Amino acid sequence: MKKKMTGAKAIVKALEAQGVELIFGYPGGANLPLYDELVHAPFRHILVRHEQGAAHMADGYARATGKVGVCTATSGPGATNLVTGIATAFMDSSALVAITGQVSRHLIGNDAFQEVDTTGITIPITKHNYLVQDGDELTRTVAEAFHLAGSARPGPVLIDVPKDVLLGQCTPGDPEPPQLEGYRPTLKGHPGQIKRAAAVIKAAERPVIIVGGGIRTQASYEALVALAERDEIPVVSTLMGKGAFPNSHPMYLGLYGYHGRIAANTAITEADVIIGVATRFGDRSTGSTLHFAPQAKIVHIDIDPAEVGKNIQALIPIVGDADHILGELVEQLQGASHADWVGRLQKKAEAHPLADLSGDVTIPKVLRTLKRLCPDPILVTDVGRHQIFAAHYFPLDSCRSFLTSGGLGTMGFGLPAAIGAKLGRPDRPVVAVCGDGGFLMTCQELVTAAVENVPVVALVMHDNCLGMIRQLQHAFYGKRFTSCDLGDAVDFARLAESMGCLGLTVAREAEIEPALARALEAGRPSVLDCRIDAPANVYPMVTGATLMDYIE
Amino acid sequence: MKQKHTISILCNDTPGVLTRISGLFSRRSFNIESLSVGNTEVKGKSRFTIVVSGDDRVLEQVRKQLQKIIHVLKVWDIKTEQAIEREHALIKVDVERSRKGELLQIITAVEGRIISSSGTLWTLEVTGDPGQVDNALNLFKDYNIVESIRTGRIALER
Repeated sequence: MKKKMTGAKAIVKALEAQGVELIFGYPGGANLPLYDELVHAPFRHILVRHEQGAAHMADGYARATGKVGVCTATSGPGATNLVTGIATAFMDSSALVAITGQVSRHLIGNDAFQEVDTTGITIPITKHNYLVQDGDELTRTVAEAFHLAGSARPGPVLIDVPKDVLLGQCTPGDPEPPQLEGYRPTLKGHPGQIKRAAAVIKAAERPVIIVGGGIRTQASYEALVALAERDEIPVVSTLMGKGAFPNSHPMYLGLYGYHGRIAANTAITEADVIIGVATRFGDRSTGSTLHFAPQAKIVHIDIDPAEVGKNIQALIPIVGDADHILGELVEQLQGASHADWVGRLQKKAEAHPLADLSGDVTIPKVLRTLKRLCPDPILVTDVGRHQIFAAHYFPLDSCRSFLTSGGLGTMGFGLPAAIGAKLGRPDRPVVAVCGDGGFLMTCQELVTAAVENVPVVALVMHDNCLGMIRQLQHAFYGKRFTSCDLGDAVDFARLAESMGCLGLTVAREAEIEPALARALEAGRPSVLDCRIDAPANVYPMVTGATLMDYIE
Repeated sequence: MKQKHTISILCNDTPGVLTRISGLFSRRSFNIESLSVGNTEVKGKSRFTIVVSGDDRVLEQVRKQLQKIIHVLKVWDIKTEQAIEREHALIKVDVERSRKGELLQIITAVEGRIISSSGTLWTLEVTGDPGQVDNALNLFKDYNIVESIRTGRIALER
């Protein structure tokens, strides 16, 4: 006969069985039984200062490590505060398990104190979710949740557990590998389709590879390089795919799409064959699908069959794991030269370099100085103009090094995601690049970083305005700048100091390097208040119907 | 080309599965023309029959998105020519004494039944494929229909 234990203990044991190292969370009435048990857990708990921070930290941890990130919150407001973070993880396919407390079973449906229909709310933003009504199901549920969150196309999974289930005795089942009748992802690409794709690529004169955010393993990172080199194929990336291909590689043309580089957008527009790898052809990349890649035959490689044909019709869809498919594809190609095509695009790139902004302290200057002092960090961004600057001006040459909220575009993502990333990868420098708007949305997590001693560096591009909003008003609203002026009230260095972090102010160009050096060597969380001279727009930007209707 | 498709879904009979499926349709702007759900021969499994309108691309997306729901085990697109489809309608009519004879003839012709009668109020039922039920309802329109209700379609492949 199996030993009985409380539901809370069963969860902790199940998390332990999954090899969990860290859990990010915030206690409340309904998940207190879990907290009572976490004291005895062999893994570390990070107390956040807002539940949204817990979800972003777990997400950042997952993105940086490739493991499943775990967070917990109480019922009601605890759960709703997680929602933005869960949706962020969902849109960017990040492996997250969220455990929420729920009111006791006899109270569910009665509008009890701190009751909210957490599973109802999170159906559209989770890969799957559970309301556990029977403690005996907990062990199996946790195992399933980890399996779902981390496999095939990763995503967030939520487990909602009523308080009385946490408190009550249960008989935990064996943590067997889950067998889910309704979840059988296709991992191996269809050999016939791979063969057809190889034939199309062999016949191509102007091929282009698009890399997306689904490339996350070293194996697929290397296979992509092999593919690009074997047949001399230029590579463009989506924002999410920035970390998926070495940015200093001669075949790399940079970001394409709405804020794409001219050479990259030209490549897409003139290509006769496009190989889209682990990308969903999102609207920020393609622009109007009617005008997208008018001459191209499209090979679409993705692990999620629903992405194939959703936004763009592919001539040759290949469903499966890019690791496997890219390897097979490279083997079938004999090597080809597209010197004219590549040369033309490289010339285009040279003719359209990134602009050097005038001014004393500018975002590009800060980023370039950072690159010099710290060439291979995990770079985490917030959302806005600085995010696009970071994508353009900070080349990265390793996998899982660029963490950004691409799909949902969540302001406030940067700092907590960086804290999660640093906890997962203490061996690597982690730098968050933020705007002053987004930073203020989750800056209370500086306290978490200070108390838990997480030495992240946060660069606040402080220009007293909501930059991307201002840029949109500049381009599309007749320069009527409403509600984008943030005023000049915040001293971010003092804000950081008041929360137990190192705070430094950069007001002149000469201060950029010493301040950065000090922050990088501080060994404790630090904030650089970078007083940006004047709000500067980030270009290129597509303003018309096609990717070639741009201003730069 | 926009047309109607009948989709059959085999899924786990768990709480909330209807929300997961119907929510998917509204969230992704797919149109449900009708929906019916019931138990199957296998315990713990339900079967949905959903009529959806859209072109082939929409239909493919519906099918693929449905398959991503963990509780969904199988999704078929049932081709009309290979399907047995049934709907069921209940119609309450207030029929004058002088017209009862002719109404009775129509009921017989459409293979309907009188389920209850009370004075001039008759409650009728009709079962058939969607065309037959349409036809019957059309014929009954000449009489004073007080209330009527119709189920969603259920379908099986031959």
